[in-house]
Amino acid sequence: MAIEYQYPEYEVVRDHDRCIGCRVCERQCANCVHAFIEEKERMTADESKCVNCHRCVALCPTHALKIVKNAHTFRENANWSGQLIREVYRQADTGGVLLSSMGNPQNHPVYFDKILINASQVTNPSNDPLREPVETRVFLGKKSHRIERDGRGAILPKIMPSLQLKVPVLFSAMSYGSISYNAHEALARAAEALGICYNTGEGGLHEDLKKYGKNTIVQVASGRFGVHVDYLLSGAAIEIKMGQGAKPGIGGHLPGSKIFGDVAKTRMIPAGADAISPAPHHDIYSIEDLRQLIYVLKEATAYQKPVIVKIAAVHNIAAIASGIARSGADIIAIDGFRGGTGAAPTRIRDNVGIPIELAVASVDRRLREEGIRNEVSLLAGGSIRSSADIVKAVALGADAVYIATAALLSLGCHLCRSCHAGRCNWGIATQVPELTKRLNPELGHARLINLVNAWEHEIKEMMGGMGINSIEALRGNRLMLRGVGLTQKELDILGIRHAGE
Amino acid sequence: MKRIYVREEWCLGCHLCEYYCALADRGGKDMARQLKGIKIKPRIRIEEGKEVCFAVSCRHCTEPLCVKSCLTGAIKKEGAGVVTVDREKCVSCYTCILVCPYGALSPAERGTVQKCELCAEKPGGPACVGHCPNGAIVYEE
Repeated sequence: MAIEYQYPEYEVVRDHDRCIGCRVCERQCANCVHAFIEEKERMTADESKCVNCHRCVALCPTHALKIVKNAHTFRENANWSGQLIREVYRQADTGGVLLSSMGNPQNHPVYFDKILINASQVTNPSNDPLREPVETRVFLGKKSHRIERDGRGAILPKIMPSLQLKVPVLFSAMSYGSISYNAHEALARAAEALGICYNTGEGGLHEDLKKYGKNTIVQVASGRFGVHVDYLLSGAAIEIKMGQGAKPGIGGHLPGSKIFGDVAKTRMIPAGADAISPAPHHDIYSIEDLRQLIYVLKEATAYQKPVIVKIAAVHNIAAIASGIARSGADIIAIDGFRGGTGAAPTRIRDNVGIPIELAVASVDRRLREEGIRNEVSLLAGGSIRSSADIVKAVALGADAVYIATAALLSLGCHLCRSCHAGRCNWGIATQVPELTKRLNPELGHARLINLVNAWEHEIKEMMGGMGINSIEALRGNRLMLRGVGLTQKELDILGIRHAGE
Repeated sequence: MKRIYVREEWCLGCHLCEYYCALADRGGKDMARQLKGIKIKPRIRIEEGKEVCFAVSCRHCTEPLCVKSCLTGAIKKEGAGVVTVDREKCVSCYTCILVCPYGALSPAERGTVQKCELCAEKPGGPACVGHCPNGAIVYEE
């Protein structure tokens, strides 16, 4: 027999003086970590199963629990980290591809953290958003090349299909199947209340959520799950998913065990069948093919809905985006390499793609240089973690941002990065009925609304500080940004100056 | 009248309501100090089967059987309001426990019987409602 034992990564620390044996930890752990020893009237824990999701910690009424990283260690060095050693052992045991969830955790530079925002002093006045209007409303879609007027000089409005958002934030694509119905309902209700949009992801739109249509972006991905003309017509915009930041060049695979009941019905596939999204769209091998699909979708929806093309941020992103802008898309969504996922091969997630900050800046510049920036709006996604990230992304050229990890955090996700296991203790990334009921959309949607409202206040404060009273005036306004600790090349790509310049 | 209602679809069966009920009964804020080493006797109880669970407490019925059956008049309902137990009058005959179709009454820790009285004297409303982690217990008209 091979020796496969690996010491648990986390330690469950229980203060037995505080523990009253109420067993809530035992009842709430889907990984069966906790157990009650009847004869000793004492709780115990099997730490090898712990994923550090904090469900037990958060619900323990006497705060008797904490989870700590195990001090047990390999003889690590700068080259062979404990993580790598552990992964080699796992692969030697199983012969399998390593799977991971959520965004790239590697220590690559986070450019948002190396960019600082400007504020007005003396020579230009700042605004007070509590007293003066500061506009955060955005319109996403094509904008006309020039203003046309009638004989008397009045502007002839020519409004192309567009999305109107009260705040430059959208909830990005997470499919029904990868996340629970309750999570979808929370996102949909919050989007409606906030005057923004959420995205169905590639799993189709549940019948009961059709009523949130004007706040819904319906996605068409390579697997075409749940796509039919009513689906397309029920959304406010249609998104073609070409790629995802967490796994550029890779398709998706929702295991058959999650596909039953409404998930199967919504996806329009047999229950129990694996839902495999191919890596490419098998009908798209060129920009011309993409153009065909865009116009197929526009034709099907009578040219009433803007079409978004979502791509992962990869090396030639500026040229790719230029092609997409010319293919008839109304909006380009770029997903950076830190973007989340319900499951991705670890090596892909950790090593493929480029940072969203560099991608947005270079795409915005390229489109402006080519005189086609007005042809498309730009959405930035891939780890937008705070309102400051939004301000920086907009100043680097984005029209609005996609958030998903932050949205899930507000629904209770503790970033344990075990979505692929399907036993989410917070009722988000699971289809197990007794787990999905843990996310009450009534409470969840209120928390999402709180989060976006808080961010909106902060965005207004930062814009006011810069003396800017409209998000339109912040877009691509790189003079409002300065870099710290960046090389000249990085500053050139971002199009910003170094702090002090 | 405001009553405690339970939304079965959101009940997780975590039993926290029972512990917060027991804490409200004993007073004090530190649950570890108040309930350590004690077998609790809450006035709200989780009923659970294989796939279903929900909390049960007094329904404050329009025509309460407990009030009708009480030998000493210890259990009262004022108008359309809360059904209460007067512990001075109760002789612990437990007839009310036998007749309640919901099992909402139980012997109290300090003798006599106890039942949910909606945390009437507690500021902030019923403890089970405020501490339910999933909004499964609500206090509504």
